[in-house]
Amino acid sequence: MNGGSLLAQGLKYGLVALLDAVVVWAAMALLLRGDYLMVALLGVAALLLNFLVLSRRAYPLRFLLPGLVFLVAMVVYPIGYTISVSLTNLQTGNLLTKAQVIAQLEGRYYLPPAPETFTFWAFRNAQGDLRVILTARDGRTFISRGNELVPVDLSGPRYVRGAGGTVTGFDGYTRLTLPEIYQSLRALEGLDLVLGDEHVRLTSVREFGTYLRKYSYVPDQDAVVDLETNVTYYAREGSFTSPDGMRIEPGFQIYVGFRNYLDVLTHPGIRSDFARVFGWTVVWSFLTVFFSFWVGLGLAYLLNDPYVRGRFAYRSLLIVPYAMPAFISALVWAGLFNADLGVINRILGELFGTKVRWLQDPMWARAALIFINVWLTYPYMMIVSLGALQSVSREMYEAARVDGATGWQRFWTITMPLLWVSVAPLLIGSFAFTFNNFTIIWLVTAGRPAVLGAATPAGATDILISWTYRLAFEGDRGNQLGLASAVSILIFIIIAAISGVNFRFTRALEDVSRGV
Amino acid sequence: MYSRPSWLGLVVRHVLIWIGVIYALFPVLWILSASFNPTNNLLDQRLFPANPTLDHYRRLFTDPAVPFPRWILNTLIVSGTTAVITVFLCALGAYAFSRFRFRGRRAGLLSLLLVQMFPQMLAMVAIYLLLIRIKEIVPWLGYNTHPGLIMVYLGGAMGFNTWFMKGYFDTIPRSVEESALVDGATPFQAFLRIVLPLARPILAVVLIIQFITTYSEYVLASILLKGTDMYTLAVGLRFFIQAAYDRRWGAFSAAAILGALLILAIFLPLQKLIISGLTGGAVKE
Repeated sequence: MNGGSLLAQGLKYGLVALLDAVVVWAAMALLLRGDYLMVALLGVAALLLNFLVLSRRAYPLRFLLPGLVFLVAMVVYPIGYTISVSLTNLQTGNLLTKAQVIAQLEGRYYLPPAPETFTFWAFRNAQGDLRVILTARDGRTFISRGNELVPVDLSGPRYVRGAGGTVTGFDGYTRLTLPEIYQSLRALEGLDLVLGDEHVRLTSVREFGTYLRKYSYVPDQDAVVDLETNVTYYAREGSFTSPDGMRIEPGFQIYVGFRNYLDVLTHPGIRSDFARVFGWTVVWSFLTVFFSFWVGLGLAYLLNDPYVRGRFAYRSLLIVPYAMPAFISALVWAGLFNADLGVINRILGELFGTKVRWLQDPMWARAALIFINVWLTYPYMMIVSLGALQSVSREMYEAARVDGATGWQRFWTITMPLLWVSVAPLLIGSFAFTFNNFTIIWLVTAGRPAVLGAATPAGATDILISWTYRLAFEGDRGNQLGLASAVSILIFIIIAAISGVNFRFTRALEDVSRGV
Repeated sequence: MYSRPSWLGLVVRHVLIWIGVIYALFPVLWILSASFNPTNNLLDQRLFPANPTLDHYRRLFTDPAVPFPRWILNTLIVSGTTAVITVFLCALGAYAFSRFRFRGRRAGLLSLLLVQMFPQMLAMVAIYLLLIRIKEIVPWLGYNTHPGLIMVYLGGAMGFNTWFMKGYFDTIPRSVEESALVDGATPFQAFLRIVLPLARPILAVVLIIQFITTYSEYVLASILLKGTDMYTLAVGLRFFIQAAYDRRWGAFSAAAILGALLILAIFLPLQKLIISGLTGGAVKE
């Protein structure tokens, strides 16, 4: 905590000064973009950093901060942001902010029924700058200068005349031929030239025409007026809506309060999807933990038997499913369960002469998923049980044997209660993990088969987290980011409740074991 | 707990274990065989292929249509960087929580415990939107970049690992650093030169577990990476085999074998070490 050498001190302050300069520069850039939230975050971060380096009281924070930055930026902030998004209508069609939508609408123009039209010559110079000379019906001529059109007298010596009196160039600009015009069509279409209060834009390959502004935003009414039809569209529920219900696309994002949550719980279609998905999520987690625990415990019991030879080799083989990356196992199993091509159906076919529509029939798809996940999970249960079995003291068994208890009785009255104490919290933890085991579901069935008539993209094997993913990122029904975030928060509440139970359960079990 | 079983009992035990072993190795054997099978079709597969060949493996490294080396490289870069930085940052934080007494320490530890309960992928929508926004400001750190993905993984790794390491640091007696501190070393020097070398086992455990976890991560990588050149192995393999079980099964199997071997080669020799870490409170991710 001492100061160190003068050089180190100088270096330290120099670096802080440099960093602050960068922060100020970044803040200016952000301010120009109007991103005030990020400016605030940046400001707080910079202040913290200065405090950290300059104050001695903040010394412990120097150790904590590097990790804290990532934790806050990528976990804490996203949690807050998820809550915030869950209170909005953010979805396809409402992705922009209101200011962005207004800016977009005010940039739209329409071609009036009888526009004034101009023939044009386009010119380009060596730097690639594009300029046009327009000739109106009545013979007036204009030249573009930046975004403006100004009247021009073409008889001056600046303008080089070609055959037929047309201008072929001026000031280093040369006229484009028709093929060149086609090549530069995009740039020409982008020209938005102002003549008085009218906008002049390209209408066809040969002509420019006067356009009029389509929409104008009226701040004190919070409405957009269609200048072509004179209809007023008021900002209502995330889009500009006319009195007779017409909406202007796109809409904008607004806060909708708890509507997404209410939709999940009360909207008939969404609620029934939620209930179905939630039910399957619970069944899936419970059955996975149940079967994998018993398989794991059974194998652990066998492996723990000192009279069985080759236990270490067996253990290494039995642990393989746990050591394989889960995504690889899931993809491989998906192939083996493939109804038309898969090995499992071939074996079933040879043994029983029948095939099962694995992964296509809802019930069989669910059964296959649980089978696969038990395969993935039992080694964990086996390892945990092995540890727990080895910690059960021998004297207890000796006492029981003296009392004449059979092996079966000993297992149920001594082993299981003791095992339960150390394993139960891990089972609950495993339940919570399986509850959100997106990878297996996604890589094996991707939530399919689809359910006919579902209000949202919720398939027969979707669990809550994969449903969230599909709500948010599956394109064909639009991205419902607000609703997806609300479901995320609901999942978190469920997981927090499970963990809460786990904490209490652990304590209760500790009390129980102390009583023993 | 066990009495000497009869001859028959012993046979039954071995048979039961062998059923377990067959269950465990069933898919592994099938893809092993498929990877040597000349055909690329799932349907024509036999457990013992007639003319075993290394063609599928060769194809992985030579066929430009299968960017397998690229995916492996991406995965190693992302997982390796994440694991190394995680170890260092979490060790720093854990050291502060273990050794310093400062205001907010208890609150800090408690919030750490609470935050690490939150599965990061639940915030996937927010993380996606956040990285798109970062992309507009700092293009190399945003959506569809490896540094951006690493940053996301680092955030998710901090909570649990800091907590986990702190427990280990608490078991290292303070007296080992005290003489160094008396001799005028800064706490940071004491941390770097004395505590870290002593904590090598836990550093190794966190490094390996974080590497394996990141290696196998699918959700966030699939949301945040776009374009086959950017994919990690998890996203790439799924992209490669999806709806192509009839055409790419052989090449896929070879890739799966190699991808799994890499982790198995780390996991099996070090299983005691890793399992002690994993069952210390975490569930495999």
